[in-house]
Amino acid sequence: MTKSNTQSTNLSDSGANPNFDLSINKRYNLDKVFAIATWVATSFALLVLAILLIDVLTDGLGRLNWSFLTSFSSRRASSAGVLAPLVGSIWLLVITASISFPLGVGAGIFLEEYAQDNWFTRLIEINIANLAAVPSIIYGLLGLQVFVRVMEPITRGRSVLAGALTLSLLILPIIIITTRESLRAVPDSLRQAGFALGANRWQIIREQIFPIALPGILTGTILSLSRAIGETAPLIVVGAVGFITFLPQLSFQGLQSSFTALPIQIFDWVSRPQVEFHQNAAAGIVVLMIVLMLMNSTAIFLRNKFQQPR
Amino acid sequence: MTSNPLSNKPSNSKLWQPNRALSKSVETGVKALFALFAFVSVVTTIGIVLTLIFETVEFFQEVPLWRFLTDTQWTPLFTNQQFGIMVLISATLLTSVIAIAVALPLGLLAAICLSEYAPAELRKWLKPALEVLAGVPTVVFGYFALFTVTPFLQSFIPGMQGFNALSAGLVLGVSIIPLVASLSEDALYSVPRSLREGAYALGSTKRETIISVVLPAALSGIVASFILAISRAIGETMILTIAAGQNPQLGFNPLVPIQTMTAYIVQVSKGDTPAGSLAYKTIFAVGMTLFLITLTLNVFSYWFVRRFREKYE
Repeated sequence: MTKSNTQSTNLSDSGANPNFDLSINKRYNLDKVFAIATWVATSFALLVLAILLIDVLTDGLGRLNWSFLTSFSSRRASSAGVLAPLVGSIWLLVITASISFPLGVGAGIFLEEYAQDNWFTRLIEINIANLAAVPSIIYGLLGLQVFVRVMEPITRGRSVLAGALTLSLLILPIIIITTRESLRAVPDSLRQAGFALGANRWQIIREQIFPIALPGILTGTILSLSRAIGETAPLIVVGAVGFITFLPQLSFQGLQSSFTALPIQIFDWVSRPQVEFHQNAAAGIVVLMIVLMLMNSTAIFLRNKFQQPR
Repeated sequence: MTSNPLSNKPSNSKLWQPNRALSKSVETGVKALFALFAFVSVVTTIGIVLTLIFETVEFFQEVPLWRFLTDTQWTPLFTNQQFGIMVLISATLLTSVIAIAVALPLGLLAAICLSEYAPAELRKWLKPALEVLAGVPTVVFGYFALFTVTPFLQSFIPGMQGFNALSAGLVLGVSIIPLVASLSEDALYSVPRSLREGAYALGSTKRETIISVVLPAALSGIVASFILAISRAIGETMILTIAAGQNPQLGFNPLVPIQTMTAYIVQVSKGDTPAGSLAYKTIFAVGMTLFLITLTLNVFSYWFVRRFREKYE
C-alpha cells in the first residue's frame, strides 16, 4: 500500500485530470463499501423471504391438521377448512394447463419454426411482449366481459371455466416466450440433417426438435402455471367466491359451477376482523406454498434431469 | 427411371415410398393451425382494448370527462356520487413511488452482486432463492404487510394506522426486487469480458469498472427492467387491497388508509354488481386508465431499448 501511495503522489504532481481521485487507498476503500452494499442488498431480499416464511409457518402450523384439509368453509373459524378451495385450485390448474399448453406451444412453434420475418410476425411479437406487461387485473376485466357476460351460454357466468379461460390468456404469453427460447436452443444442424434426409418441416419438428425442446417447455409451463395458481385479482374480478360448500362434479356441468381457489379463500379470511380467521389464512398460505413448492420442484427436477450437457 | 432397382420390387417399394401428398397436407394444416394459435394473442389484445373502450364510452355518457379528471373525491358507491380519478391515481402514485424507492436500488445492487461479485458456486444458489421470492403469491405478501410489517412499523412510527400506504408500498417494493435483479443481471452478464478487461487495463478499480463501463453498456436492459418493475408496481393489486385499505382520499400521506385504482376494482368486484349499473362501468373506466398508464410505459420502454441497445457479437 505504501508503494501505491508514493505512486499516486507522483502522478498528482504531473497534473492529471482533477476529477480523477488519485489516492488509490481511498478508491479501494470505496470499492469495499460498494461491494458490501451489493451483498447487503442481496441478503436483505433473502432475509425478508426468510422472515416471511418463518412468520407464516409460526402463525399457520398450529392450525394445520387433517380436518383443516378435509372440511368446507364455515362461519366458525375453528371448523373451517380448505377442501373446496384446494379442489378448486386443482380444477383451475388442470383446465388452465389443458387450454394454455397446446395454444402456447403451437404459437411458439409457429413463431420460431415457420414464421418469416413479415408484418404479421412482427405484430404478434410486439403484441406478446406487450401482453406480458399488462396488469393481471386487466385480464380479470377481459374475462368478466367476454367469458362471463358474452359467452354466458357456454360458461354459465361466474364459473370455473370462465376463471380457467382468464388464467389461460394470462399465462399464454409466458408459455409462448419459453417455448420459443427452448426451440431456439436446439442446434440448427439437427434441422438441416432432417431436411437432408427428405423430411418436411413438420416431420422434423415432431420427430427431432420438439422432443429435445420438451423439458425446457415443460419447465416454463409449470412455472407459469404456478404463477396462475397464486393469482388472486383476476379471479376476484371474474367472480370467484369465498364461501363454497360443495365440490364441483366431474362433468361438463361441473365446469359451469361457481368456484373458489386457495388465494381467494386466504383473501376472504384475511379481510375478516376476527383473529381466528387470520390464523386460518396463515394455515391456508402454508397449504398454498406447499402446492407451489411441489410444482416448482417438479419443474426444477425436469430441468436437471433432461438438461443436455453441452 | 426404369433402371431404378426399387422399381423391380413393387412389393417393397410401398414401404419405401412415403405418402408425400399426405405429409404435405399435414404440414400445411399444422402450419395454419399454429398460425391461428399465435393469432389468439392478437385477439386477446383486441379483446382487452374493445372491452375497455366499450364500457368506458358508456361510462362517459353518464359522467363527463372533465368531472372524471377534476373531481376531488371518489364516491361512486354513495348517493352523493363523485368521480375524481385523481384520488385513486394519487394513491397508486404514492404506493408505487415507495415501492420503486425500495425495489430499484436494492434490485440493481443485487444484480451487480450476482453478476460481478458472487462466486459461480454461490450464484447457483442465490438465483433460485431469489426466484422463490419472485414466486410467492401476492396475497401472501399482503398478509405479511398487514400482520407483520405494519405492527412492526407502528412500534416506532406514532400515528400510523392499521391500513396504510407505507407498509404496503415497502412490501410491494420487496416483492419486485427479484424482477429487477433477475432482468438487470441478465443485461449485466451479457456485457462482454473484453470491456471489463479494457477498463482494468486503464487502471480502474472494480467499482469504477462497474459504474463507468459495465452499467452504461447494459443501460438499455437495466432501464427495461426498471420500467417493467414500475408497471408491475402500478398494476399490483392484492398487497394494496389487503394492506393499504379501502379509503379513497386525495393526498400523499403514507400513514393513513388509501385506495388505489386496483383496490377499487377489487372492492366493486367483490360485491355482486349487476352489469350495466354505473358502478360496473366505473371499474372499466378505472381499468382503462390503468391500461393506458402501463401501455405508455411499455411503449416508452420499447422505444428506449431500440434506441439505446448496444449489440455485442
